[in-house]
Amino acid sequence: MADIAAPNSAVATRGRNSLHKLVQRKSTVAFLMALPLILLITILVAYPAGYAVWLSMLNKSMTKFVGFGNFQFLFKRETFWEIVAQSCLFALTAVLFKAMIGFVVAHFVNNIPTKGQRKWRGMLLVPWVIPAAMSTLSWLWLFDPSYSAFNWIFAHIGLPKISWLGEAGWARFSVILVNVWAGAPFFLIMYLAALKSVPEQLYEAASIDGATWWQRIWYVTLPMMRNIIAITILFSTIVTFANFDIVRVLTSGGPLTATHVFATWAFKVGIESGDIPLGATVSLFMVPILAVAATFILRDISKRGSEV
Amino acid sequence: MANAAIATAGAPTRPARYGSISQSRRWALRWSYFFLTLFAIFFLMPPFYMLVTALKSKEEIAAITNPWWVYSPTLSNFIELLTQNQYLIFFRNSALVSICVVVVTMLISVIAAFSLARMKFWGSAALATGVFLTYLIPDTLLFIPLFKMMTFVRETTGIELVNHWWTLCIIYPTLTVPFCTWIMIGYFASIPKELDEAALIDGATWMQTLTKIFIPVALPGIIAATIFCFTVSWAQFLYPLAFTTSTTELVLPVGIVTTLIKGDVFNWGQIMAGALLGAAPPLIIYAFLMDYYIAGLTAGATKG
Repeated sequence: MADIAAPNSAVATRGRNSLHKLVQRKSTVAFLMALPLILLITILVAYPAGYAVWLSMLNKSMTKFVGFGNFQFLFKRETFWEIVAQSCLFALTAVLFKAMIGFVVAHFVNNIPTKGQRKWRGMLLVPWVIPAAMSTLSWLWLFDPSYSAFNWIFAHIGLPKISWLGEAGWARFSVILVNVWAGAPFFLIMYLAALKSVPEQLYEAASIDGATWWQRIWYVTLPMMRNIIAITILFSTIVTFANFDIVRVLTSGGPLTATHVFATWAFKVGIESGDIPLGATVSLFMVPILAVAATFILRDISKRGSEV
Repeated sequence: MANAAIATAGAPTRPARYGSISQSRRWALRWSYFFLTLFAIFFLMPPFYMLVTALKSKEEIAAITNPWWVYSPTLSNFIELLTQNQYLIFFRNSALVSICVVVVTMLISVIAAFSLARMKFWGSAALATGVFLTYLIPDTLLFIPLFKMMTFVRETTGIELVNHWWTLCIIYPTLTVPFCTWIMIGYFASIPKELDEAALIDGATWMQTLTKIFIPVALPGIIAATIFCFTVSWAQFLYPLAFTTSTTELVLPVGIVTTLIKGDVFNWGQIMAGALLGAAPPLIIYAFLMDYYIAGLTAGATKG
């Protein structure tokens, strides 16, 4: 209201009544303008999210309420625990490597003369721009059992052939590798933006005080970038934890169920096998980690909001 | 080795005062270029390999010559793909869905962001936070209940939503609207209040303030949001995979993955050509509007 109260002198003379009306009308108009957004969020996001909880408590044919029956059923299955472990391994390893590669490469880019930076940044961001499903296809072809281009190189330098997607261990490695490849550029861009915002004087002061490169990173760069690093890692954790495209295209969860994560398994159970309640139950296991990340992000936002 | 390079990070423009420092800086620069080249090779290898394979004939792929090079390049894969109806239908569906989603999203989110950033009403602050929260809810959590809701709609109203490309136009905004609204709130909030106050004093309506002042001033933000919106809808894979099945209704990513890969017979030349063409629109946009693209990317975390 404060923002419209400014033309006070003009309005106030017309009396309180019309001002009141104006304010009233303004908030109504504002509400109407936000209405499509509110409807979209309630009908297509909030309602389905709640509906998922309800679905998870029904039996397979969705005729009977079974309470936590689906959860109990999952807890007793070994496959489920394998998927929990694989989801965590996948997300944590991938995020860790993405963050590290992003950090290191951002430093290299920041290190070269400014006029060349644009070109390098442009090249290094390409994996992020290509739709994940398409770029994963090229990885699928790179990992092909009989035509693998990696194995071709390995054969030339005398290394044994690797069954990239056929062996559980290598398949896990491969899906993480592809995820790191596709996600690292995002970290690179965020860190580069953060690096640029560190004031030059801090480094000058540090080097006058005789700081080594390690001390400069530890005491100047990292503290200055802390916020961006935290928020990027949280974002990426959410996205990686909920990842579907890469695993689906690359291995479809195979060999057997070795590379399934929550999302792909939920798809397999819920859509392909037609057990919608069980699929909903599986996908709900993503909620705790999302909630934790969301809490942290929200705290950060409200903190920054109060600073301003 | 990496250490030496990182050592001088953040200080690229500092003039060299001593011989030894400029010497070590030169080495740091060389190592930087060396490692950047390595990483660029890693990052660009799959797209390069895509292109190489797309230019190969079936025979050349089967002959297992050097997979990293094409000896007799041919466009036959592209020609075959573009003369067959199916791929063009996928392309058309993708284009229609993406354009439709961009229009719907920008209409909803620009207007809503204006109302949330400037006009304020009861609960608008909570709604702004809520918008951000919905951005964090992933598609992988919603596709099953949405699928069930669609069958429910069919049972009650007789409208078939499953297996139609236009259904995606209704579903995709759930992915794009929250983020676009969020970054538009950020852009609008950074516009000085004096601007719209002046307009209001001059007797402009709220709609005029939005179209004559906010949209022109926040145009970079709008372009960034539009690009984001387009790339997200173009790349979306889960929803079309779950909601569409017949070949006339598929969009590009799903179409390539499900129809070009037939059982164990992989026609890799064509798959790569298809993927390359499918990746082309976002890549072209990126090539020309890189700065807006990056602004949109970093806005999510730095604005707000």
